[in-house]
Amino acid sequence: MIAIPFDSSQVMQGIASIAPEAILVCTAITVLMADLFLAEDGKWLLCWLSLAGVLAALGEVYLLGSSRIVGFSGMITSDGFGMFFSTVVLSACALVLLMATGWSERAGTQKGEFYSLILMSTTGMLIMAKGTDLMTIFLGLETLSIPIYVLVGFQRSRMTAIEGALKYFLLGAFGAAFMLYGMALIYAATGTTKIPVLVYMSVGGGMAGSSLFLAGMGLLLVGFAFKVSLFPFHMWTPDAYEGAPTLVTAFMSAAVKAAAFAALVRVAMLLFPGVSPAIGPVLWVLAVLTMTVGNISALGQNNVKRILAYSSIAHAGYIMVGLVAGDLLGSQAALFYLLVYAFMNIGAFGVLMLISQKEDDGYDIHNLRGIGFKYPVLGALLTLFLVSLAGIPPTGGFIGKFYLFSAAVKNGYIWLAILGVLNSAASIYYYLRIVVYMYFMTPEGEVVTPHTPPFGYALALCACAAVVLVLGMIPGAVLTMAEQSVLSLLM
Amino acid sequence: MTASPNLMSNILTILIFLPLAGAFVLFFLPKENGRAIKHFTLLVTLVEFVLSVPVLLNFDGATAAMQFTQKVPWIPQFGIGYNVGVDGISLWLLMLTTFIMPIAILSTYAAVEKHVKEFMIFMLLLEVGMVGVFLAIDLFLFYIFWELVLIPMYFLIGVWGGERRIYAAVKFFIYTFVGSVLMLVAILALYFYNYKVTGVYTTELSALYNLNIPVKMQFWMFLAFGLAFAFKVPMFPFHTWLPDAHVEAPTAGSVILAAVLLKMGTYGFLRLAMPLFPVATFDLMPFVTGLAVIGIIYGALVAMVQKDIKKLVAYSSVSHLGFVMLGLFALNLQGIEGGILQMINHGISTGALFLGVGIIYERSHTRQISDFGGIAKIVPLFTLTFMLVTFSSIGLPGLNGFVGEFLIMLGAFKTSPIAVVFAASGVIFAAVYMLWMCQRVLFGKLTNAHKLHLTDMNFREIAYMAPLVLFIFWIGVYPDPFLRKMDATVNAYVQQIHAKHQSALAASPAGETLLARYFDVRK
Repeated sequence: MIAIPFDSSQVMQGIASIAPEAILVCTAITVLMADLFLAEDGKWLLCWLSLAGVLAALGEVYLLGSSRIVGFSGMITSDGFGMFFSTVVLSACALVLLMATGWSERAGTQKGEFYSLILMSTTGMLIMAKGTDLMTIFLGLETLSIPIYVLVGFQRSRMTAIEGALKYFLLGAFGAAFMLYGMALIYAATGTTKIPVLVYMSVGGGMAGSSLFLAGMGLLLVGFAFKVSLFPFHMWTPDAYEGAPTLVTAFMSAAVKAAAFAALVRVAMLLFPGVSPAIGPVLWVLAVLTMTVGNISALGQNNVKRILAYSSIAHAGYIMVGLVAGDLLGSQAALFYLLVYAFMNIGAFGVLMLISQKEDDGYDIHNLRGIGFKYPVLGALLTLFLVSLAGIPPTGGFIGKFYLFSAAVKNGYIWLAILGVLNSAASIYYYLRIVVYMYFMTPEGEVVTPHTPPFGYALALCACAAVVLVLGMIPGAVLTMAEQSVLSLLM
Repeated sequence: MTASPNLMSNILTILIFLPLAGAFVLFFLPKENGRAIKHFTLLVTLVEFVLSVPVLLNFDGATAAMQFTQKVPWIPQFGIGYNVGVDGISLWLLMLTTFIMPIAILSTYAAVEKHVKEFMIFMLLLEVGMVGVFLAIDLFLFYIFWELVLIPMYFLIGVWGGERRIYAAVKFFIYTFVGSVLMLVAILALYFYNYKVTGVYTTELSALYNLNIPVKMQFWMFLAFGLAFAFKVPMFPFHTWLPDAHVEAPTAGSVILAAVLLKMGTYGFLRLAMPLFPVATFDLMPFVTGLAVIGIIYGALVAMVQKDIKKLVAYSSVSHLGFVMLGLFALNLQGIEGGILQMINHGISTGALFLGVGIIYERSHTRQISDFGGIAKIVPLFTLTFMLVTFSSIGLPGLNGFVGEFLIMLGAFKTSPIAVVFAASGVIFAAVYMLWMCQRVLFGKLTNAHKLHLTDMNFREIAYMAPLVLFIFWIGVYPDPFLRKMDATVNAYVQQIHAKHQSALAASPAGETLLARYFDVRK
């Protein structure tokens, strides 16, 4: 065991390492308190207050920079890797809050607890991304999950919301239990939950002979698989995505996925090499099945939210390709992809939210008829996001896929790359189907009138579009950032 | 001609991005004034053409090197650069693209009424992709432009197309996309192989050409690249998307599709698949030649029985592109020059054929051969033009088609005489189906005259047909200037591909079978 020294400078360092999280928690509590005192027509302040908190946290993340700060005797580490994922998660959160300004009134989410839950969940995500101890990762996972369960069922008068929330909660609880049990087994085998120590013990296949350790790793993987919705643990995804208020769906698909993958990448980069003969083929199969099942299921859907839900499963499969590759390049690709994915997916949901008049039926694909020409900007934006999701140049989605598949090819997984690209060819069908409805179909009767986005909302959409295009055309800076953050992981 | 050196050193970049700038400006123009939007787009494409002329004039036909090159690091992490250049192979395809665009735009003046603005934006975006594909000399950049073409074409077919446009558009997209994603994997494999050998990450073509890729790897990579290009050409049996796309696309879309997009496939073979993988190219030559000949005959036979003029022309493309492939895979000077020239010829004549079909369709709203008959009496000028284009398409001596086909057969005869025997029958079939169609549509007894509302070509239509007719004669009578510009490049190309093939096989035992070479199957 490593002794825990008590030292005030250590405590200060610990506080520094979680400063962004602290800001978020303070904001969450402030929002909750302010909700009590604000009159009904002043509630709009809550959203801006939350947004300010998120931006402050983002600022703090950059103030801390990529220098390595180990907090609480190695429970949590603020480094380049954490910075990258903090950026992804906080940007996703900021985009969603920006969309919520002037939108929450309509969606019935103009409540203090809504923002406070989002902030709490974001805190969990940051902790998960920065956790260097299995226990911290679990703590982060639970902190992020519980608010999300509530948020999915936020519009509690809708049946789909209740169904989605319940399914998500039950399966999520299972997943968490699996993960915790896996951690327990790993502890039993090694006597520690600290990732650096585990790395030290497992390096070079040192623990590969321990079936207890292997079983622990397997269960840990199952836990992650639930959260990032890998096949066959993806069943909750379409229902939860459909049931949640679309703002929350956008948030979940981008941020929760990023945070869960952050922890998974950390574990995969550091611990999987020690057990790679056993776990490599499993990851390979998981990646292929996940993307195939996701894509095939999306083909027949008529609800756009469900299409994007299945597409998000498929994208988890693509990201797994980077983890199968297992080297620096693969992890960098996964990081880059998660960043692009956050922006393109939030963007797509953002446009759809404007077009759909109401939850549930509003997302029927038939409502999109004739939108493209009547509302050229919305049409062009949604097309851009879909093209990016499909991985067609010159968008960030293409560079991301190129990056992922290049990692696979580099490490000799040619077949995985071939299956990946064929999958992305199949996915073209359902992404284009949305475009077909928007542009090619002549509307029957009136074309749906989309809402006019409030300023913040429009700003968020423009930001998404800009990022998707910039990452597609001049990805250099972000590639370097991804590279350095993965390198900081290995230090 | 003297142009400012600054302009000339950036000319290719300007050519690629001028249409993009045009599309950007269009996006902000009010959509009500369709006429002004058409004028503006025409202007952009004309400026583009005028700017491409100095490239032709200043092009040095005595060297095989890439000219007007520009090299800017783009994604340095991956060694990907923005590298553009033009040589004797791409020069004429570039010219064809910039030349055909204003013609296609002019053809839309009466045909496109709805969503004019969006139509023109997509046309300009299409031009960006097409010009980019021909000018890119970086593998990654090539792929970007290659894929960039898909989306505008998809919209052109899907929105402005005919009855079954959605089916045709989706089919077009998915077929060509499936082909190209496998190429992407091969590109990656090639990229990492290059790194393994040279220790440098690069996608620059000039560097990749120098690689000696193991023969087994060549085989699979050739297949992956070849599949992408075969879908695009399209070669038999990957051609099934083409008739649908052609029939459903609006006239301007068909013109661009036939004149330029299909050439991207043949150009891809010439620029990438053949020089990168010479051993596989030589070994698979009989196979590709065979498919080309099947395409020639099959395309012709199917064209013969079509009831729809546009579909007939579409199948004739399958046949003609078979000729191009036959020429390219002769792997000698005549064959390849003939192939390149025939790409241009096909662009001009088939483009003109689609324009002709468009002209009578705009008036009569039918393309069924049986609905017409004897229209020569009411549209004499149209008849004259259409017949001329038909003669060009079937390769009548004195017109452009003849020169190309003759060179191709000359080249191919050296390597596979039997293939030429069969291919030559395709020329006869072409005469049969084209002339038979003309006879039924243009000549004979005038039927249905009152229903067809035909009037002869107007000034605008004469204006866009005239340049095509000019080149039909020019290339037919005096092809020399066209061929001389490509001589140096193609000569060097042929030498290099033969030399690489020789050196790669220096270590292989004589008489090694393909099964042994690629699959280790030995007796």
